[in-house]
Amino acid sequence: MATATAEPRSLPATEGDGHKHKKNALSDGQGRLAWILLAPTLIIIAVVAGIPVILSIWESFHQTNSGVDPNTGMVAGGDKFVGLQNFTDIFAGVNPVTGNYGTMDRFWNAFLNTTFITIVCVLLETVIGVAMALIMAKAFRGRGLVRAGILVPWAIPTIVSALMWKLIFDSSGVMNRILGREILWLADTGASFWAIVIADTWKTAPFIGLLTLAGLQTIPAEVYEAAKVDGATTWQQFVRITLPMVKPALVVAVLFRTLDTLRMFDLPYGMIGAGKYRVETLSVFAYQEASQSRYGPAAAYAIILFIYVLLVAFLFVRILGAEVIGDADGKQKKKKKQKGGSPPDEAALMTTIGEGIGGAH
Amino acid sequence: MSTTTAEVQEQRLSKEEVEALAHPKRPLRQRVGVVLSYVGMGLIVLYCIIPFYWMVVSAFRDPSEGRSTEFIPSPASLKNFQSVFSATNNFGRSLLNSVIVAGTTTILVLLFGIIGAYALARLRFRGKVAVLWLIMACSMFPLVVLLPPLLKMFSSTSPFTWFPYWINTYQSVILPGLSFGLPLAVWTLTAFFKQLPVELEQAAMVDGCTPGVAFRKVILPLAAPGVLTTAIIVFIGAWNEFLLALTFLQDKNMQTATVAISKFTGTTGFDTPYGSIMAAGVLVTVPLLLAVLIFQRRIVAGLTAGGVK
Repeated sequence: MATATAEPRSLPATEGDGHKHKKNALSDGQGRLAWILLAPTLIIIAVVAGIPVILSIWESFHQTNSGVDPNTGMVAGGDKFVGLQNFTDIFAGVNPVTGNYGTMDRFWNAFLNTTFITIVCVLLETVIGVAMALIMAKAFRGRGLVRAGILVPWAIPTIVSALMWKLIFDSSGVMNRILGREILWLADTGASFWAIVIADTWKTAPFIGLLTLAGLQTIPAEVYEAAKVDGATTWQQFVRITLPMVKPALVVAVLFRTLDTLRMFDLPYGMIGAGKYRVETLSVFAYQEASQSRYGPAAAYAIILFIYVLLVAFLFVRILGAEVIGDADGKQKKKKKQKGGSPPDEAALMTTIGEGIGGAH
Repeated sequence: MSTTTAEVQEQRLSKEEVEALAHPKRPLRQRVGVVLSYVGMGLIVLYCIIPFYWMVVSAFRDPSEGRSTEFIPSPASLKNFQSVFSATNNFGRSLLNSVIVAGTTTILVLLFGIIGAYALARLRFRGKVAVLWLIMACSMFPLVVLLPPLLKMFSSTSPFTWFPYWINTYQSVILPGLSFGLPLAVWTLTAFFKQLPVELEQAAMVDGCTPGVAFRKVILPLAAPGVLTTAIIVFIGAWNEFLLALTFLQDKNMQTATVAISKFTGTTGFDTPYGSIMAAGVLVTVPLLLAVLIFQRRIVAGLTAGGVK
């Protein structure tokens, strides 16, 4: 990254050219200006995200006194501090349900659903997405048409796509007609899991394809030519050249798909419904608890989901992200090293986040 | 010496090999490759379009056809679209609500996002990495975390009795919606600003502009395409938002389109009116699709901005 004007005051200009004073004159206010410009964004984030998250943490240590208890009919019963009870309750098995993984506490059922839906969906989406990108990269003409087609699933609201798949997966719907079978996709069966997976893969695999294609297009053709001269097979070219070179873009796409899928709400809610244990994700579970005024447990589950998401993101950055950071703008990296800062540098961070954040919500 | 080796090799070539060299396989292979790539592209387009086609077909069916699985609506009818706007569904109002909510969110997000992104892209200051991390974390947290406290707050329940009753208001969806729109906008815009050559501002500043004026008069006009792209992406995100609207907008007249569609259920709960749901789905999606088709290059650039350079 190049900077418009000046060096920060902390680093005395070592170039020793005549512009030193002029630069300082402009840059003196730069830090303050930056904070002024960022203030609205930061204040809004603090108000609409920061404070509610803190309140949510507070909430997770409390339970509503009379929200569930109808003996007085009073709503304003206040909260009582229950410590970690909302969290420890998930181990107590107070609310056993039967899902895909046998009978267990509803929280763990939702947790496993979330985890397995995410793993299966993201794997499928990555494979299909990469395949799509490879095909598109080979194409000579008509790429615009394909790109337009690929943006269709992305643009459809998730809830609309959920209802659309609900119709397709109807017991007397077109999917069963094509398969020639009578599968109860929507009746909270094992098939519901796959209905969710198919619907989610449809919506987001093209998105991964799009981001991967952007990565593919940065690979210079000379590399492939050199490989051909050396007698590399197509498969070898794919494994040794394409995958490593597209990895930074792909890892980021996969990371953001993973985070999005972990938070999945619209699809199971719209397609199968709330309180369907075979496909109930943590988001759906927490939403249901909150909408039934069980704010404390709802907050606790949401916080656990938050921690889970952060953990997964952290693991991604640690295990796979080294490459992402390594590919970042070299200049920036050196500067950070000088400062001895441990957090990944800004350019790498931009690389990590810039693309996937738009995500397919 | 080299000539002799060449001669020896030439002698060793069999007739077939000579023939193969005379007619290189390449064109055939390439032709097959081209055909395969077109087949592949066709498959991709079909993959993306077919489910959507099913939605459109079902929307144009006569309601009496129910859940027919015919691939073409035999008597195409607009009755489903009429029922969408009937008094009971009142979908026009929902569309208006969606426009208000998504539009306001987009405008607010751009207003604050542009200046924040400019600071992140161009200015140098301490704590920038911390800010970037904060915004990144903000894009990560599940929206459902917001629900318990906000639901309590907006319904003025016990500790928040001082708070105005905000259920069924636009701001109850717009304000929390900023928490995902703003990070998105800041990132996309930062990437766009960084793509613009710094020399432009430097030239402006040499001519005596302050950074602020250079931004207003030089950068902003040039970044207009990036701003437009960001606006589209944010608008689509806000337009498609469901969880917040579902939670906070319970009154039928305040519901956004996505929530209204999901509540198009029959009275008994068993006779889901798929026809009108699909018709409404088409209505909600078509404006987005038009925007996407018109601006597809830009949107792809926006989605991949900053990630791949």
